Amino acid sequence: MSGTMAEQPRTAVSNPPVRALAANFGEQDLVRRSATGSLPAPQRQLTPVAKLIDVSKCIGCKACQSACIEWNDTDPAVGVNAGVYENPHDLTDQMYTLMRFTEWVNPETSNLEWLIRKDGCMHCADPGCLKACPAPGAIVQYTNGIVDFIQANCIGCGYCVKGCPFNIPRISQADHRAYKCTLCSDRVAVGQGPACAKACPTQAIVFGTKEDMKKHADGRIADLKSRGFANAGLYDPPGVGGTHVMYVLHHADKPGIYSDLPENPRISPLVETWKGMTKYVGLAVMGFAAVGSIVHGIFGRANRVAREDEENAEKLVDGRPVPPPASEERAG
Amino acid sequence: MSAVVPPIPQGNAQKGDAVHPGSPVTVNRYTPMKRLNHWITAASLILLALSGLALFTPSLFFLTGLFGGGQNTRAFHPWIGVVLFLSFFIFFFQLWKANLPERTDWIWLRKIKDVVGSHEENLPELGKYNAGQKFIFWSMTALILVLIVSGVMIWEQYFTQYTSIPVRRIAVLAHSIAAVLIICVFILHVYAAIWTRGTLRAMTRGTVTGGWAWRHHRKWLRELAARRKVGPAE
Ligand code: HEM
Ligand code: SF4
Repeated sequence: MSGTMAEQPRTAVSNPPVRALAANFGEQDLVRRSATGSLPAPQRQLTPVAKLIDVSKCIGCKACQSACIEWNDTDPAVGVNAGVYENPHDLTDQMYTLMRFTEWVNPETSNLEWLIRKDGCMHCADPGCLKACPAPGAIVQYTNGIVDFIQANCIGCGYCVKGCPFNIPRISQADHRAYKCTLCSDRVAVGQGPACAKACPTQAIVFGTKEDMKKHADGRIADLKSRGFANAGLYDPPGVGGTHVMYVLHHADKPGIYSDLPENPRISPLVETWKGMTKYVGLAVMGFAAVGSIVHGIFGRANRVAREDEENAEKLVDGRPVPPPASEERAG
Repeated sequence: MSAVVPPIPQGNAQKGDAVHPGSPVTVNRYTPMKRLNHWITAASLILLALSGLALFTPSLFFLTGLFGGGQNTRAFHPWIGVVLFLSFFIFFFQLWKANLPERTDWIWLRKIKDVVGSHEENLPELGKYNAGQKFIFWSMTALILVLIVSGVMIWEQYFTQYTSIPVRRIAVLAHSIAAVLIICVFILHVYAAIWTRGTLRAMTRGTVTGGWAWRHHRKWLRELAARRKVGPAE
């Protein structure tokens, strides 16, 4: 324990501290907390951070994957070779980031381009997982933009999987809790950048304030354009309010070629309806039905069997004459 | 009027239904097995509503406490759903014939004001079930089918890998809408059973009084009375 608070990191390349530092953000910095109506407003605004992944600089070495496993102490199962470079074959509850490889023939040049995209949580400004989550505090968002899963509060329902526009969260079959990239919130809190960015040998992954990362991206995009990639650009999709993990793409006009990166991701209208309209209308209708029947039950007049009904039944069973069946239409 | 034996009225009487003379007359409406099964259905529906509503809205998340926390609520709910599905469909196959729509149902529905106003004298004579009970029967049937199918699709622990995420989004939306509807139908069902005094004992003791049957299901009572005269009673 030390009273000195860590600086907010502006890069991933700084050396680790040599003595223990107090975390520079925490519970008091939440802007959103799943299934929580009244969250106290944060008293300060942290500088938004971002990870920038420059697809054009990635060599597919998977150092970032290894660093991720190392730092988060996960244990992905030993895989099998299915004839593709992805290893494992998908994100798992033990593998928060995955290099996805695409062999793409550019129709303009007829060149084979090897597109490698580091997949993982995008840390949306408007997170679909958090919107979908029914468990208070299982998903949180800090004012610096980091979206984090708090496994202690997670109930394993898998709603976050349906809420996410990027298909990122994975539910562990061992402890039935959701896992994904944390943007190394535990490292950022002590002034360090994410483990993947730190490990990347080509600096294809860089980390800093979101503003700095955008500036850095501008430089990279200008460089790519000068080298013939006319459509180079930044992937910071506005449909989810922007993201705190961004890509520099050499073909930013076609995000789909990078292993189905969504063109215009947004929270699905089905999820919006499920977590919006259905809840308001549903609660109103059920409440009305419940309260209405209780009130009517107390103040309304019940339908009681009359003496006469019992007498008629006795006569009928004894074979004495009773009122005959009326015509089906019974005059009313 | 004539010497011809009148035809036995068709009142959807079922195996096990019978009248017993007395004061009041008692009428067997549900056998012990049917009642046991009905209470299993009712208990599972209530537990499903409580555990489901806990996840439906944060303001009811505290209901997870009844099931031993969020993880347990998530784990138990679908299993209770399986119990509900099985018990309801045993019930379904016993009752569906008596719940087929008939001409008198439409007349009854047109006179819904007289139903609500307890003016039985203006209503047609009915068999074992009225149109309201039939509505509850068929809407429960349809909603439970929607709930089991959508529920299995979103059953994270065992089944989610069989459907794509976009399909599961539809399933979870359908599940929550169907849940709202079935809870409303359930409230209507319980309310109608309480408002119509003398009904609840059909599910506790299995019998109703002759007067109740005369008032609400006269055709059914006439059939049982006629059968008692012509043939072996039970
Ligand atoms: C018939 C079989 C059923 C199955 C297999 C089933 C399954 C599920 C599953 C898997 C979930 C997600 C949470 C979890 O994993 O526990 C869920 C949620 C839910 N269920 Fe069911 N269920 C069934 C019946 C019902 C019934 C009868 C009701 C209502 C009385 C109901 C109400 C709900 C509600 C309200 C939710 C939460 C939906 C939301 O978050 O919007 N379920 N169900
Ligand atoms: S599985 Fe996802 S949505 Fe469900 S409680 Fe856990 S974090 Fe929330």
